[in-house]
Amino acid sequence: MRIAITHISEYRYDGPAGSAVQALRLTPAPVKGQRLVSWTIDAPGIDSACSYTDGFGNLVHLVSPPADSTVVRIAASGVVETTDTGGVSGLTEEAVVAGAFLRTSPMTEADEAIAAMAEAARRDDRLATLHVLMDAVSEQVVYEPGSTHAQTTAAAAFEAKRGVCQDHAHVFIAACRFLRIPARYVTGYLLLEDGAEAPAHHAWAEAYVDDLGWVGFDAANALCPTDRYVRLGAGLDAASAAPIRGIRRMNGEESLTVDVDVQAMAQSQSQSQSGGSQSQQ
Amino acid sequence: MLKTQVYTSDGQSPFFDEMLRPDGTPRPAYAEILKWLGGQSRASFKAKQEEADAIFRRLGITFAVYGAAEANERVIPFDLIPRIISAAEWRFLERGIEQRVRALNAFLYDIYHRQEIVRAGRIPSAMVNENAAFLPEMMGFDPPGNVYAHIIGVDLVRTGENGFFVLEDNLRTPSGVSYMLENREAMMHLFPELFAAHRVAPVERYPELLRQTLESMAPRECDGEPTIAVLTPGVFNSAYFEHAFLADQMGVELVQGSDLIIEDGALYMRTTRGKERLHVLYRRLDDAFLDPLNFRPDSLLGVPGLFDLYRAGKVTIVNAPGTGIADDKAVYAYVPEIVSFYTGEKPILDNVQTFRCSIDDERGHVLDKLDELVVKEVHGSGGYGMLIGPHATKKELSDFAEKIRANPANYIAQPTLSLSTCPAFCPEGVAPRHVDLRPFVLVGDRVRVTPGGLTRVAMKKGSLVVNSSQGGGTKDTWVLED
Repeated sequence: MRIAITHISEYRYDGPAGSAVQALRLTPAPVKGQRLVSWTIDAPGIDSACSYTDGFGNLVHLVSPPADSTVVRIAASGVVETTDTGGVSGLTEEAVVAGAFLRTSPMTEADEAIAAMAEAARRDDRLATLHVLMDAVSEQVVYEPGSTHAQTTAAAAFEAKRGVCQDHAHVFIAACRFLRIPARYVTGYLLLEDGAEAPAHHAWAEAYVDDLGWVGFDAANALCPTDRYVRLGAGLDAASAAPIRGIRRMNGEESLTVDVDVQAMAQSQSQSQSGGSQSQQ
Repeated sequence: MLKTQVYTSDGQSPFFDEMLRPDGTPRPAYAEILKWLGGQSRASFKAKQEEADAIFRRLGITFAVYGAAEANERVIPFDLIPRIISAAEWRFLERGIEQRVRALNAFLYDIYHRQEIVRAGRIPSAMVNENAAFLPEMMGFDPPGNVYAHIIGVDLVRTGENGFFVLEDNLRTPSGVSYMLENREAMMHLFPELFAAHRVAPVERYPELLRQTLESMAPRECDGEPTIAVLTPGVFNSAYFEHAFLADQMGVELVQGSDLIIEDGALYMRTTRGKERLHVLYRRLDDAFLDPLNFRPDSLLGVPGLFDLYRAGKVTIVNAPGTGIADDKAVYAYVPEIVSFYTGEKPILDNVQTFRCSIDDERGHVLDKLDELVVKEVHGSGGYGMLIGPHATKKELSDFAEKIRANPANYIAQPTLSLSTCPAFCPEGVAPRHVDLRPFVLVGDRVRVTPGGLTRVAMKKGSLVVNSSQGGGTKDTWVLED
């Protein structure tokens, strides 16, 4: 399937931005099941950005927008060709070893309740365990936009029994690591079914299975990624995988508008979603 | 005259004395020193001591002691009697240290790449990958020259004629080299006649060699002469004096995070001459505080995006972020294994026997023998948060046992070491005091071990704790040349 993506983030400041840097993890990774046909990032300072592949296999661009900017618009767009691999993104080329994804982070710490759910999901076969776990998270955490925020931990979301895709992924990851299964956070785009009400900008999890490598689990939708998914970046949790991470030295108000458009090229299917904030990614 | 007060060994001391044999005769390296000590009077020593204190006060060498309310900063006690290391002893130490730092750098490269040592089952995966000191953000990066730990201060203890042990490797931001340099300068001023009687290997070139080491680590894209700066957390850091001293001695800028800016994918410092591009940053700031964009977001000391520039090959951070995994106290127990894995050789320098409280059997032993052991926190340093079993009260022992049971992985234990003694000038005359040794190592295009290092001395009679934060002093350390 050919999928066309436009992902625009617009920061508006109430005065000049001042000295600022932004690390962009906005390039889909060359994992199994997807191929970049074309991709460009347009952002202030992108021509002089430095870029590198980070420890998790993400291509990073570090940009510093001009200090007098009052609006910073970052647009990533292009075409990705996908195939359905049953969620397997495989043994990618990045150097990071699976064992590092057993580390916990404050956002993905399993509390007793998550541990109990994980124990109940335990099966002899790792793949079977992961499917049971995905269904358990999906059933027990209701999708409710606005119920959580960017810093909500897995434990807090699981206690509230509600959240968005970030929370589903964090709870799933916390449970996996509790069971000693390496798991990581993945950002990406989702080509929605007609009439579906959900953000096109999405997040899910990947767990490591011997012989297969990394396999995707989307607990928000209770399914493994298909050819309707485009995988952007990976990290230990939402903070480490964030598509845009920035700091500026000037204090002051800022607002962010995110606009993601994902279209199937052959079927001329389209959906567009506006508003929301970086925290939903 | 002081002559009668120079101690004589009675053959009963359980400790190895570096000056006198058990029969009271001097070891050859100390022959001249013993003669010289015999010719000093208490009054002349006192006068020299005052002169030395004045020199250090003028230089401003101070050290902040955390938790000491009465004096925020004070001069570290300096002992006038040099510690002597023979040429043969030094050759052995130098070989052992070089082997060890090469192996530790190879270990760092490996665990941030394919982790062959984990695949080979020589160290548990969790010990590396789930260690707080392991930085997954460093995975897959090739630092210039594949060097991670460039500036190292290896803590050595001596327990016998041939008994040298490595206590800690200190691969993060080791301090103390300024004391080594200032101690030497003071001694040359105070006792020129002693230098005339010995061939002492020089240490004065350290700042120049440090600068060369830093220059040799310039990012690949820097084709001219690299610009270097020392990054300090600021004046409130206990080692601020040393940061300023080293910058001054190397002739480079001393900067804080707020002096640095990132523009167009490069690092610049603001100077009185305007903006200047920086290529190599000798940072004396912990990993967590280096870059609030990548690490602790509340750090005001670092530079947002600095780590991204490093990974993009625009600037070199020295020592590399993530070196702490190789001097982690839990990983320490594996260093002999690490040395043989990467060099194919037997380790020249031994580790101190170490019990890991995370392992059931070893923890059982530690809890049984707590009153004989020294227990340390895995991530602690500077002598804080440790238990010295033989000196602890019953209550302290039982409280510490609770802490170990509650969080076993946080502790390791070692036998109380019979640190060697050296002569020191004390209120009762010249008396034996326990010492350790921190040689300083530079790793760039080659490995250089500065002859000698910093000798720390426990000035309290019988004390085995040499840390300056716990009231220890320092001595000049002489490596004799053949």
